[in-house]
Amino acid sequence: MIELRGICRHFQVGDQLVRALDQLSLTIGDGEYVSIMGPSGSGKSTLLNVIGLLDRPSAGRYVLDGRETTGLDDDALADVRARHIGFIFQSFHLVPRLTAFENVELPMVLAGQAPAARRARAGEVLAALSLTDRAHHRPDQLSGGQRQRVAIARAMVMRPTVLLADEPTGNLDHVSGAEVLAALESLNAGGITLLVVTHDDEVAARSRRQVRMRDGRVVHDAPTPGMAT
Amino acid sequence: MRAGDLLHLASESLLRARLRSTMMLVAMAIGVAAVVVLTSLGEGARRYVTGEFQALGTDLLIVLPGRSETTGVQPGLFAGETPRDLTLGDARALLRIPGIERIAPLVVGSAPVSTAGLTREVPVVGTNSDFYYVRKLSMGQGRFLPQGELERDMAVCVIGSKVAAELFAQRPAVGASVRIGDRRFRVIGVLGDSGRAVGFDLQELVIIPVSSAQQIFNTESLFRILIQAGDHDAIPRTRASVLATIRARHQGEEDVTVITQDAVLATFNRIFTALTLTLAGIASISLAVAGILIMNVMLVAVSQRTAEVGLLKALGARGRQITALFLAEAILLSVAGAFAGLVVGHLANVVIGRVYPALPVGAPMWAVVLAIVIAVASGVVFGLLPARRAARLDPVVALAGRR
Repeated sequence: MIELRGICRHFQVGDQLVRALDQLSLTIGDGEYVSIMGPSGSGKSTLLNVIGLLDRPSAGRYVLDGRETTGLDDDALADVRARHIGFIFQSFHLVPRLTAFENVELPMVLAGQAPAARRARAGEVLAALSLTDRAHHRPDQLSGGQRQRVAIARAMVMRPTVLLADEPTGNLDHVSGAEVLAALESLNAGGITLLVVTHDDEVAARSRRQVRMRDGRVVHDAPTPGMAT
Repeated sequence: MRAGDLLHLASESLLRARLRSTMMLVAMAIGVAAVVVLTSLGEGARRYVTGEFQALGTDLLIVLPGRSETTGVQPGLFAGETPRDLTLGDARALLRIPGIERIAPLVVGSAPVSTAGLTREVPVVGTNSDFYYVRKLSMGQGRFLPQGELERDMAVCVIGSKVAAELFAQRPAVGASVRIGDRRFRVIGVLGDSGRAVGFDLQELVIIPVSSAQQIFNTESLFRILIQAGDHDAIPRTRASVLATIRARHQGEEDVTVITQDAVLATFNRIFTALTLTLAGIASISLAVAGILIMNVMLVAVSQRTAEVGLLKALGARGRQITALFLAEAILLSVAGAFAGLVVGHLANVVIGRVYPALPVGAPMWAVVLAIVIAVASGVVFGLLPARRAARLDPVVALAGRR
């Protein structure tokens, strides 16, 4: 459950105050599939960063799974990120010198888990994304779609409750993009909350709830027509 | 994060950035090798010199005419401070001191030595049979000066092997006669290879009885007197007795200087230790330079890997973990560099040892430890700034790939 109340995020650019998020309130329930759309500069990436606890709001309250996050220090935020949130990026952000398997293992390594447990879990997640035969390839030996699926596996490996995808298909061709979306949607079907930031109407049309932003505010928030919520 | 994983991740990124890592490794290795080699040279020189002195025996006392304290003032300005000469009488008096085993008076000069038309200007030492034992000489052929009264003037000489080769070439030297100054001497021996003297080559000497030398050089005074005390522990007592005896013979004036071998040794030890420390200091500068290079390259690495830092933060890495990761890279590099430097330094020492076999090279333990400690410390110190900078990166900005 994501609850945002009166969230502001202001940047000082030169002598101008940019309101990336302006008094934004939004509630997203567990297991929802939400697309966030809007023109460049409308604040959708900032919103995703705030929800992902990478960015702190200038004002407002943010409660994640019943836990107030606004007062937490950096280490506590890192821990919440590690356990509750999975990130998917447009440019994949795989560590180029590590294999697919090691990339997937990375969050568990950071969390200090034992190697045996890590290996079992990473193998399981890679298998779920049909990447078992690619496990020991490095990112430069993988196709774009495969890379993004490795990134999804990495996001899933800590069993987060929320998956945040920033233009997940932005760097992919149509076929790979559809594969990646299908993978994300099957995870959503398994109960995870899925937020997708996108420019692409086609991608947005697959979600069950569409949020449109402009100038840091939500201007449209409704179930996707023809989709049961 | 587990220590093993930390090392694995750090070494992984070092291995991928091979050129960068190699450069830093080489810089650190040069620094450590410089410390090892330079301190080895300093230490080797120290050991060489002290070894030479020790070979002379640490139970040696040297009596010089004159007070070493009265320096820097023109002698003669102070009447009464003009030193009296050391004489054979003094030497004989010293021999009566209990605890003194051997006394070798020395008269040193240079004289033309000739035989069968060949003439050579050679340093001539006038002494007695005890010189053989005091300087631990050995004979190549024949024998050394015979024992006898100091004043006994015998026309015999012992020559160094180089002198023998110059004057006699292939002909037998022992039994031949040479002219030294305006007197004739019979060669009774040629010196062998062993025996030590700091500052001059024994094999270029001609050794004659002390009273003969006094006549050739027309002097009553001695250059110095070498005294061998029977017991190392008795040296301070013997030194006091020597000074007392001389004072009694020189109308109450202590106008000689007595140097003990120990004091000379200690002085040389101090000088060479200071030299070694200086060299170590100079070499340490190169270690510091290597440290700064590591910092530079790590800073570049951090800015090249901002996106990765942002990712790690998104995956839930704490600031401390990111600091640890970059610091581990710097420390791994400096440790590997230190190890490589030790190996290189050791190889260099082996080569130096081959080229100069007389020099006992070998890095002192403290220098090896110092080099490693400085190398690792500079890895920590100079790795910390880039690592902290990485940890402080704003994850949003870092992920966007901007700085």
